Amino acid sequence: MLGNLWREKKPRQLIIQIVAIVAALSLLGFFGRNALNNLELIGRDVNYAFLFTPSNYDINQHLIEYDSRSTHLRATIVGVINTALVAFFGILLATVIGFTAGVARLSSNFLVNRISYGFVEFSRNVPVLLWILLCHGVIVHNLPHPRQALSAYDLFFLTNRGVYSPKPVFEPAFWGVVAALAVAIGGACCFYRFAKQRQERTGQQVPVYWTNVSAIIALPLLAFWLLGFPVEFEFPAFKRFNFEGGLVLSPEFLALTLALGVYTGAFIAEIVRSGILAVSHGQTEAAYALGIKPNFTMRLIILPQALRIIVPPLISQYLNLTKNSSLAIAVGYMDIVATIGGISLNQTGRALECMSIVLAIYLSISLSISAFMNWYNKRISLVER
Amino acid sequence: MKRMTIRSLFLAVAGFAITGLSHAGTLDDVRARGHLQCGINTGLAGFAFTDDQGNWRGFDVALCKGVAAAVFGDASKVKYTNLTGKTRFEALKAGEIDVLSRNTTWTYSRDVDLKLTFLGVSFYDGQGFMVPASLGVSSATELSGASVCIQTGTTTELNLADYFRRNDMNYEPVPIESNEEARQNYLSGRCDVYTTDRSGLAATRAALDNPDDHVVLPETISKEPLGPLVRHGDDEWGDVVRWVLNVLIIAEEKGITSDNVAEIAGQMSKDAEINRMLGSEGEYGAMLGLSPDWAVNVISSVGNYGQIFERYLGVKTDIGLERGVNALWTDGGLLYAPPYR
Amino acid sequence: MTGSSPEQENHQELPPPRTQVGVVGWIRGNLLSSPTDIVLTALSIYLLYELIPPIANWMFFDAVFADVEHRRECREIGAGACWAVVWKRFDQFMYGFYPEHLRWRVNLTFGLLFVALIPLLYDRVKGRRYLLRLPLIYPVFAFCMLWGGWFGLAPVESSKFGGFLLTMLIGVTGIVVSLPLGVALSLGRHSSMPVVRTLSIWYIEFIRGVPLITLLFVASTLLNYFMPPGTYFDLLLRVIIIVIMFSAAYLAEVVRGGLAAIPQGQYEAADALGLNYAKSIRLIILPQALKISIPGIMNTFIGLYKDTTLVIVVGLLDPLGIGRAALADSRWQGLSTELYIFVAMGFFISCFAMSRYSLYLERKLDTGYKND
Repeated sequence: MLGNLWREKKPRQLIIQIVAIVAALSLLGFFGRNALNNLELIGRDVNYAFLFTPSNYDINQHLIEYDSRSTHLRATIVGVINTALVAFFGILLATVIGFTAGVARLSSNFLVNRISYGFVEFSRNVPVLLWILLCHGVIVHNLPHPRQALSAYDLFFLTNRGVYSPKPVFEPAFWGVVAALAVAIGGACCFYRFAKQRQERTGQQVPVYWTNVSAIIALPLLAFWLLGFPVEFEFPAFKRFNFEGGLVLSPEFLALTLALGVYTGAFIAEIVRSGILAVSHGQTEAAYALGIKPNFTMRLIILPQALRIIVPPLISQYLNLTKNSSLAIAVGYMDIVATIGGISLNQTGRALECMSIVLAIYLSISLSISAFMNWYNKRISLVER
Repeated sequence: MKRMTIRSLFLAVAGFAITGLSHAGTLDDVRARGHLQCGINTGLAGFAFTDDQGNWRGFDVALCKGVAAAVFGDASKVKYTNLTGKTRFEALKAGEIDVLSRNTTWTYSRDVDLKLTFLGVSFYDGQGFMVPASLGVSSATELSGASVCIQTGTTTELNLADYFRRNDMNYEPVPIESNEEARQNYLSGRCDVYTTDRSGLAATRAALDNPDDHVVLPETISKEPLGPLVRHGDDEWGDVVRWVLNVLIIAEEKGITSDNVAEIAGQMSKDAEINRMLGSEGEYGAMLGLSPDWAVNVISSVGNYGQIFERYLGVKTDIGLERGVNALWTDGGLLYAPPYR
Repeated sequence: MTGSSPEQENHQELPPPRTQVGVVGWIRGNLLSSPTDIVLTALSIYLLYELIPPIANWMFFDAVFADVEHRRECREIGAGACWAVVWKRFDQFMYGFYPEHLRWRVNLTFGLLFVALIPLLYDRVKGRRYLLRLPLIYPVFAFCMLWGGWFGLAPVESSKFGGFLLTMLIGVTGIVVSLPLGVALSLGRHSSMPVVRTLSIWYIEFIRGVPLITLLFVASTLLNYFMPPGTYFDLLLRVIIIVIMFSAAYLAEVVRGGLAAIPQGQYEAADALGLNYAKSIRLIILPQALKISIPGIMNTFIGLYKDTTLVIVVGLLDPLGIGRAALADSRWQGLSTELYIFVAMGFFISCFAMSRYSLYLERKLDTGYKND
C-alpha cells in the first residue's frame, strides 16, 4: 500500500511536502521553545521598550538631528542612513573603477592592460577587511594634521580628519531653481520623444543630446541668476582643535568608500570585461558591414547586448558591497552594525532584540534589491527569443 | 562525495558537542571537565596578551590561573576564551565560560539587569584623558571642540557623553573597536584626545616612543571598578572565585609570596589567620568544596596581589603603573579583603 | 586548388618591415600605436614611477630584516618596515597557538591535503580511479589528526587553533560540507513541489540577504538561546556551522545557474530513457550542471576563504587576529602596516593561485554548448 503511494508521482510529492512542512515547523518550534525556556531560565524577556529610552552615546556623523539624549531608535535610524550613504557612494565609486579597469583590461596598450590586470588581481584577492584597514591607515597616517591642512583656495581642506568643503545653505527661493531643473528635465524628455517620433516618421535627425544637456544646465542657471543667487556658503575655519563649520567627509567614511569601491570595482571590472567579450565579434563585423560608424557600433550594437549580460551580476555586486559595508565597525564608522548592533547592544545587553533589528534591516534591503532583480531579469528575458 | 561529508559532519558534531545537562553546580562541572574555562580580553597590554611563545599572560589571566590552581592545584588547567566587548556577557550567560576576567566594570545594570554576579574589585580604575603635550591643554574642561578617540563596547562612551554634556562642551567622538586601533588613530593625529581607563592610558603612554610628549590630564571622569564575574544563581561557585581574589589580597597583607608560601605553610605561624588560610588549622578548604591547601596552590602558582601587579602592571614593566588606589588599605589604598575566619 | 600564378611562385618572400618586428615593433604595436596610446603609455609610466619606488623602498631597501627584539631597535637601524615582528610571530601566523611539539600533525595534515587533491586536480595521474577515493577518507583523517584524542594522539583544544591553520580549516570544511547541501538546496529550488521550493527559496534568500558578520555574531552570542538549556557547542564548531550554512546558500545559487543552463531536452531525454528522478539527476543533470558551475564554485570558495578574516569579530584569532594580538605586545606596538601587508600577501598568494587554477579548469572544461 505504502509502496504504491511512493511509486506514484503525485502521492509521493504530497508525502515529501508534508514531511518537509512538518520538519520545518518542528525545527522552528524546537528553536522557539528553547529560546523561551532559556530566557525564562536566566530571567529575561524579549522587550523592545529600550528603543525609546535615551541612548546616552554620541555619534560623530549624523545627517538628522541626534545627540546623546536621543533614543536608541533614533540612533538606529542614524545608522541606517550612514549605511545607505556609504553604500551609495561606494557603489558609485565601484562602478567608475570597475568600468574603467574593465575597459582598460581590454586595451591593446600593453602597459595599461598589465596595470589594470595587476590592479584587478591584487584587489580582489585580498580580503575586503584588510583593504578597509589599510585604506584607513593610509589616510590617517599620511595626510596632514588640520593645523597643516592642504588647502585649495582656502575653501577646501584636506586633512587626516577628513575633507572639508564649504557647505551650501539654501534660502527658500532656491526651490525656484529646483523647479527650473524639474521643468528642464521634463522638457528634455518630451523633446527626446518628439525627436524619436520625427526620426521614425521622416528619417531626419535633430541634435537631441546637445540640446537637452544645454537646456538642463542653462535653465536652472538662469533661474539661479534671476532669483538673485539664493545660496549662501558656510566656510570651514580652523578653531582651537579642529575645523568647524562646512561640509566634512570623515576619514572613516572615505576609507570605507575607497576600500569597498576598490574591492568591488575589481569584481565589476571582470564582469564588464567578460560582458564585452561575450558579445560575439560577428556583431561588430556585421555593424561595420552595414556601414555603421565605430562610435555608433559601440553605443547601439555592442553596449546594449553587453549590458544585458553585465547588469544582473553587477547588481549582485552592489548588494555584496552593501552587505560588506557592515565591516564599518573595523574603522569605527557608525553604520547599523555599529549603532544598534554595537553600542546600543552593549549598553543595554539586549542582544536578541538588537540583532533581530539588524538582521531585519539588511534582509529588507536585500529582498527589495532581489525583487528588482527578478523584475529586471523577466523584462530582459522577454527580449530574448 | 556525499557520503564523505555526512560522515565527517557526524564525527565533528559527536566530537564537539559536549552536553552537560546537569546543573548541579559550576564547581562540579569544572571538576568533571578537567579544566577551567575563563573569558579574557582578545589583547590588552598588561591585562591579557600573548608572549612570543603564544602563552596568555597578564593581570586578568593571573586571576584565571589562580582559580584553576584553587580548584585543581594546577594553574595550567585553564582554557582561555578570547572575548570582545560585545560577546563577553553572552558567552558567560551561555555557559561557554565559567568565569569572566576581562577588565569589566561593575555597574548597576550589568549586575542587576544582565543577571551577573560581580565578585569584588580586582582593580580600581577610572576614565581619564591623554593629550599630546604640544597641545598645551592642562585640564579636560579645555577640550571643547576636540576629536576624542574612544574604544567602543565599553562604558567609556557613556561617561564621555555625560561628561561633555555636563560641561556644555561639544566634541567629535571617534569610536574605535580595539585598543591598538585607537592608539594608532591617536598617534597619527586623527584625534586630539585619547580616552580610556587610566590603566590603559598609562599602558599606552608608556609604550609610546616618547612618553614625555604626552600628558594624562588630572580629571578622572568616572569610577571603573574592574573585577571578575560569574552568572547569577550559583553562589558556591561565586564564593570560590571571590575568595581566590580575597586570598591574593590577604596574602599580600600578610607578606606571603609565591617564594615563601611553602615555607610558611610548612610550619605553624603565630598568626592564626595565616594558619587558617593555608590549611594548617581548621577545615576551611572543605567549606568551599576545595582541598585544605587550596590557598597555598593559588599563591605558589601566581603569587600574591602585589606580585601580580608588579609583574604585569607595576613601575618596572612597560606599563609603569603606580599602585595608587590599588594599594592595600594599610598603605592608603582601597584594597581591603574581608578576614579569613 | 592551388592555382597560384608563376609570378607569385618566383616572388621571394620579403621579411616584414623593421618597424613591425623585434623590440621596436613590439613597442610600436603595443605602446605607441596611436596618439591616444602614447598618452596612455605616458600616464601609465608616470603612475608606476609614483607608486613603485616609495613602496619598494619601504618594503625592501629601507626595511629592517634583522631579528631584533624591540621596535626601537628597528627604528635605530632604518626607517622602512620592521619585519622582525613578522618573523618573531611567524609560527603563530601559521599555526595559532597550536602546541609546538604537535605542529608536525598540522604539517602532515595539510601536506596530505595536497596529496589527496592531486587526483582531483589533475587527470593524468596513474590509477586515478582508485586514488579518487582518497579525498573521501581525508576529512576523517584530518579531523583525527588536528584535534587528536584518538589513536593515542594528544588532544588539542580548538581555542589553540589560529592563523592560517584556522583559515584553511574553516575554508576547506566550509566548502566540502556545504557543496552537497548547496546542491540539495538548488535542486529544491528547482523542484516542482511548491513547499520544497518555497522553503529552499526562503532559506537561500535569508542567508544571502544578511552580511556574514551578523550571522557570525548571532552564532557566537545567540545560538545558545536556541539550543536546549545546557547544550554547549565549541565556538569554532559554531563558526564552522554558520560558514557551512552561509556558503551552502551561495553555492545553491551557483549550481542553480548550472541547472538553468541545461537544455530542457536533457531532462526529456532522461525521462524518455525511463530514468527516475534520482537517477536522472545523478547520471544526467548534475554531472553537466556541476561542470558548468565549477568556476562559480571556485569563486565561492575563494570568497569564503577571504571571508574567514571576519571571524575576528567573534574573537577567533585568524591571521588578522594574530596580527592584532601581536600589536597588543608593547614591544611591537605601532607596526600595523607591516602586519597587515604580511597578512594581505598571505591571502593574495593563496587566492591568486586558486583563481589561476580555476581559470585553467574553466579552459579545460570549456567543451560544452558554446557554439553560437
